[in-house]
Amino acid sequence: MRIPESRGPASGVLVDLLARSGGSTPERDSLRVSVEEAIAATEDIFRDDDLQITLFLLYQLGYGGVDGGDELEWDLTLLGARAAIEAALEDGLRDRVPVPERTEPDAESVATALFSLTAEDSGPSLSRFVAKKATDEQLRELLVLRSIYALKEADPQSWAIPRLEGRAKAALVEILADEYGGGRARRMHSTIFAGAMAGLGLESDDGAYLDSAPALAVASVNVMSLFGLHRRLRGASIGLFAAYEMTSSLPNRQYGNGVRRLGYGDEVAWYFDEHVEADAVHEQIAARDMAGGLVEAEPHLLDDVLFGAAAGLTVDGWLGEDVFRAWSAGTSALRRPLPAASPEHAAQTDARDARPA
Amino acid sequence: MGAQRGRGDDGEIVACPDGPFLVRGNVEIVLPDGTPLPRSRRTVALCRCGLSTIKPYCDGTHKVTGFRTD
Repeated sequence: MRIPESRGPASGVLVDLLARSGGSTPERDSLRVSVEEAIAATEDIFRDDDLQITLFLLYQLGYGGVDGGDELEWDLTLLGARAAIEAALEDGLRDRVPVPERTEPDAESVATALFSLTAEDSGPSLSRFVAKKATDEQLRELLVLRSIYALKEADPQSWAIPRLEGRAKAALVEILADEYGGGRARRMHSTIFAGAMAGLGLESDDGAYLDSAPALAVASVNVMSLFGLHRRLRGASIGLFAAYEMTSSLPNRQYGNGVRRLGYGDEVAWYFDEHVEADAVHEQIAARDMAGGLVEAEPHLLDDVLFGAAAGLTVDGWLGEDVFRAWSAGTSALRRPLPAASPEHAAQTDARDARPA
Repeated sequence: MGAQRGRGDDGEIVACPDGPFLVRGNVEIVLPDGTPLPRSRRTVALCRCGLSTIKPYCDGTHKVTGFRTD
């Protein structure tokens, strides 16, 4: 991914380092100092643009990479800076995420608890808004917001595979195999999402709209990476993924309705339609076999599974509220509004029914 | 689901409490005349509440209608 713009002192140092393919040791050391200062000064780490984009870029070194960062993935100074932000982020989650009530540590009880928790996920419904009212521009903003995760869909959850055993592992891999297209690259969810972006006249390179993403949209993916990259947090990673899958099929039907209402055809709607059917399958496997199976194998992870589920719902809930507030006020929900749509995509027409077979 | 079944890849149908039937493995889903139904994934969920908009597959609608299997 290309290097995004900096959002403050810490990301400023990191962006400079990347632009110079790593810089000198003292320059890298200064990142740690800037990060510590930013952590000490932040009032809300989840809405802190500078810290969230810094952490996102440090994680991105281990995903698809960042221009200039090939030699930096395992740089100990950068890893130290990452660890400092991760500790602050986890503290923030432990402080602010409402902890769900404990349940019995068996698979069916865990599934019931997760279905109950995800059913309570109230807040203003972005999906209903998109179905009934969103403008073309707001639909485009929705895809930009979702692109931070969807262009690497399932990647943060894949870190958990070697940390699991037995039923939970088989369930996670069964879901991930479907996310990754069941062996067919064109059916990978990230690929289908890129197709939807293209159908709306958006660029679909990973990171193309990173500068437009507000801190919370970046934080949402950072939390996934935090949970995925620490074995200690495998319960939270599984809980978050389960909750994500369990709050997907119904909203995606609404999103698909909004896409069609605005005149787009199957090549844009496919991503949403796919999730209606796929996640109705995944949520059953995720709740009972993946999350429930993990808790049966490792009962001491029960609290973390529920914490992870609540963490994902909470952070995404904050983001949803911010987006809803911006759209209700008639303003952009993005950090950088998008350029006006090209005429070709501003008015939707007919020939949009070429769903890939 | 924990039982050892040997090497066979027999199909299995999981009756999910308050939810769909999950169909996994070598099971063909066909219309009464034998025509196979379109199937785009290995494991599918069949609607059990009758209210799915993508029947015969599940779309999660049972969660908002209070569907119960017990």
